[in-house]
Amino acid sequence: MFDGAWSWEFVIEIMPRLLQGLQVTIQATIVGFALSAVLGLLMALGRRSENNWLSWPTTAVIEFIRMTPLLVQLFFLFFVLPRYGLRLPAFFVGVVALGLHYGTYNSEVYRAGIDAIDKGQWEAAKALNFPPMHTWTRIILPQAIPPMYPALGNYFVAMFKESAQLLAITVVELMLTARIIGTETFRFLEPITMAGVLYFVISYPSSLLVQRLEARYAKRH
Amino acid sequence: MNNNDLGARLRTYLAIIIALLLIGTAFGVQMTTNPPETPPFDLLPTMLRGLSITINLTIFGSILALIIAIFTGILRSSPFRIVRGLASMYVEVFRGTSILVQLFWIFFVLPLPPFNLEISPFVAGVLALGLNVGAYGAEVVRGAIQSISRGQIEASIALNMSRGLMLRRVILPQALVRIVPPFGNLLIELLKATSLVALITLADVTFQANTLRQSLGVRRIPEIYMLLLAIYFLIAYPITLGVRWVESRRRWA
Repeated sequence: MFDGAWSWEFVIEIMPRLLQGLQVTIQATIVGFALSAVLGLLMALGRRSENNWLSWPTTAVIEFIRMTPLLVQLFFLFFVLPRYGLRLPAFFVGVVALGLHYGTYNSEVYRAGIDAIDKGQWEAAKALNFPPMHTWTRIILPQAIPPMYPALGNYFVAMFKESAQLLAITVVELMLTARIIGTETFRFLEPITMAGVLYFVISYPSSLLVQRLEARYAKRH
Repeated sequence: MNNNDLGARLRTYLAIIIALLLIGTAFGVQMTTNPPETPPFDLLPTMLRGLSITINLTIFGSILALIIAIFTGILRSSPFRIVRGLASMYVEVFRGTSILVQLFWIFFVLPLPPFNLEISPFVAGVLALGLNVGAYGAEVVRGAIQSISRGQIEASIALNMSRGLMLRRVILPQALVRIVPPFGNLLIELLKATSLVALITLADVTFQANTLRQSLGVRRIPEIYMLLLAIYFLIAYPITLGVRWVESRRRWA
């Protein structure tokens, strides 16, 4: 078997394990993205706040998270939190890091989307004496959110690919599974290539889908 | 507008102050938790040794990425369908998988049969960074070329310019100006991605932080990683400011 060339038998043999890894990758992406959607909204609202004591620190934190690597943030959370007695499972730490990192990206999407709403809408809501909650949930967000879908979709796909970095803190996702198989069998060609193929067959159609969404919103506006 | 500028500038200063506070905290923590015989700033020499690798990777990686991006961007607007197809295939494959996959592929797969290519971790890092960011850059270059107005191309044809001359004298000089701001953002992405080479045993600044963690023990962990985050921030932030500065005065584009 060890002739160096590509072996389909080996691929079939390792496929179940890779798919198990893929499942962990997908779980991390879905939970991480849900978290980043919520954190992003909080960050966007904090940044837009009229109160400078809230908006400036929020801005600084967002900039700081955006300017530093996800990998280092993973190490930071994974090694520093236990130092202060907070022991969390690696998967959980990974999801929190993904949520924070992409939360800052999403917050920019929300901010741009909210800023794109015409001033007249705010003024009309005020003229009709709508309470702030009503203005947000009935007037602003229903108009602001749909045009955000393409940008959010792009980050979702990016997070799916970048979640491979969770292997650095021992989360056995797709990429770490591939590397473990490689170390066990001394064959890296098939596991790492197939991991790449699995990432590609999910991310490429997804990004095409996002492009179609984008085209649809571009036509409407 | 003026008010906005002031706000943005103040936020900038605030972000820098927070970064400095973090570094300060790192050293503050160091002063209070270290055994008394530890000299101050003892982490810095090791970290700075790693920093030179990080910076070298950023420089060589971005040069490679720039060359690939311009080259592929031009090929993607080629009149030949096969050339266009090959260029898009490269872009889609490298954007469809993450840089970590590409790095591992170059580092783990190429040295073994059937390839048998001996590749140093540094070269693997530069290749992965250049190929990955180059694919994203190619899209930027293609967009910039397509944004050149039709009239420019018609004028070149009317002047009987050859395709090469038109590309060299009319299209590229205008397109390359427009790619500056998006390339600044890609440069930051590239800088952040250099940290991944720590996973293929290349002793960059992240790798050095991990060695310090192992050699100095649990007590020093917070300051090590705070210092590491602060180092990345202090390199990336000036790049962002530069990009914003260029964007604020690009009336010529």
